[in-house]
Amino acid sequence: MSVKQISIFLENKKGRLAEVTHLLAAEKINIRALSLADTADFGVLRIIVNDPDACLAVLKANSIVAQVTEVIAVEIEDKPGGLARALAVLDAAGLNVEYMYAYVEKKKDNAIVICKIDDRERALDVLSDEGVATLNAQALKAL
Amino acid sequence: MIWNTDFEVLPRAELDALEGERLGRLVDTLYRRVPFYRRKMEEKCVKPQDIQGIRDITKLPFTTKDEMREIYPYGLLAVPLPEIVEIHTSSGTTGTPVVDAYTRGDIEIWAEVMARTLAAGGTTRHDIVQNAYGYGLFTGGLGVHYGARLIGATVIPISGGNTKRQLAILRDFKSTVLTCTPSYSLFLAEAAREEGFDLRRVNLKAGFFGAEPWSESMRQEIEDKLSTLAIDIYGLTEIIGPGVATECEQQDGLHIQEDHFFPEIIDPATGAVLPDGEKGELVITTLTKEGTPVLRYRTRDITYLDRSPCPCGRGTARMHRVLGRTDDMLIIRGVNVFPSQIEEVILQVDGVEPHYQLVVDRRDQLDELEVQVEMNESMFSDEIKGLEKMERKIESDLYATLNIHTKVKLVEPKSIARSEGKAKRIIDKRTI
Repeated sequence: MSVKQISIFLENKKGRLAEVTHLLAAEKINIRALSLADTADFGVLRIIVNDPDACLAVLKANSIVAQVTEVIAVEIEDKPGGLARALAVLDAAGLNVEYMYAYVEKKKDNAIVICKIDDRERALDVLSDEGVATLNAQALKAL
Repeated sequence: MIWNTDFEVLPRAELDALEGERLGRLVDTLYRRVPFYRRKMEEKCVKPQDIQGIRDITKLPFTTKDEMREIYPYGLLAVPLPEIVEIHTSSGTTGTPVVDAYTRGDIEIWAEVMARTLAAGGTTRHDIVQNAYGYGLFTGGLGVHYGARLIGATVIPISGGNTKRQLAILRDFKSTVLTCTPSYSLFLAEAAREEGFDLRRVNLKAGFFGAEPWSESMRQEIEDKLSTLAIDIYGLTEIIGPGVATECEQQDGLHIQEDHFFPEIIDPATGAVLPDGEKGELVITTLTKEGTPVLRYRTRDITYLDRSPCPCGRGTARMHRVLGRTDDMLIIRGVNVFPSQIEEVILQVDGVEPHYQLVVDRRDQLDELEVQVEMNESMFSDEIKGLEKMERKIESDLYATLNIHTKVKLVEPKSIARSEGKAKRIIDKRTI
């Protein structure tokens, strides 16, 4: 039930993000969610796309360092306390969220957050035990 | 395999006697025929009859690269010009080039020492030698060529560059021996991988790599990516070109072809000869060269000598792989730093490839050394803290070796310029 995220190494220099997103656009790869973490020297761009395999192929062909990272798409209620509840479940299980960011979706009442958790399998188990829904790649794509 | 069992295995006493005799003859010739050396010997108050054995070599003057430039182009000639059959020069990238003029006899010596070199890594007449050193004024191409011809191997004189063609020849002709700079061998492996072709499948049996400093970790990397024995070879235009020294299959120091090139190690500051095992500047005297013989040439290469017996059976002195250059040496905040030391450290970090560059700058009167290291897939982690940890780890490893603080910066693949010849590792932006 995990989702493939593409993580990309980028040097922190002017125009680099634009260049990379342009490469993806040219191959008709649609970015559905993104987060950018950076330091003074470099950044890691994390994206959820419609076609992860094609995305990785384009990046590799252009000598850009990228990898697939398995993440979880958690569905939460789009109201105060929605995110807090899901995080409480993970916290109670002693699971640490490495990073998270919001997913852009249009046709649902609920919100979706993308989470990177080291012990992914256990996270999926505890979330499901506590009735917090997660989405698989298919479901995400269908949104 | 030992090519010349008359000379390469001589016991020390016989070698010393032979070298003494050859030095005596050389000094006699230089005194009579080369005004440049006569003047230098007169300045030191030394006459040919003062040289009675190899240990008297310390009485003789040194020769520096600058002096060789001053007497460009023919000042070193010890024979009439018609005796010269071939001329090579250094690239001249750092000033006036240095000239090496060969008589027919010199070319024979060159072929002999290069045959010893190639044989030391196992080359026989059954091998196909893909010679990717540049042919032309540069000594690399023709030096390997003459040696391989003497062995009777098949030479493919493809010369340097033209990577696509190099790969096609490797694949189609099934070359068994590759000769080029170490950095170019990795460049070839990388280019091959991009074409979906694994150089490990070519069945290269040995590679002879020289003309630029490299490290033990780079050897591991080459041996792994090309699946071949990587032999370090040493030579310089001022002496003869490649063929001065080579590793044997033990890969434990480079055997100097002492019966032709006599080695000494000196303290670069005082000129004093240092004992075996102590690091200093390598000095070479050409004992047999006729065209442009050289007395006590200061190579500016830093190494040390080992005269203990080698398991391979050769009796010649071995020099440790070149540790750095007296003129390549960076002085950062008063500390001597050799690029080879930095390479050694960074290549020990998991996944790091030898694509790096050193940028030196001065900020607020303080030298700063930035070590740029190219990112690759096996080093990549999608968590910033993992990447930062890697930078800090390299910095602390560098500190442990160099005792200076550096700044390590991870950069994107291919952002450091690749070279088909000698890799450019240092950018010094300091204006002093």
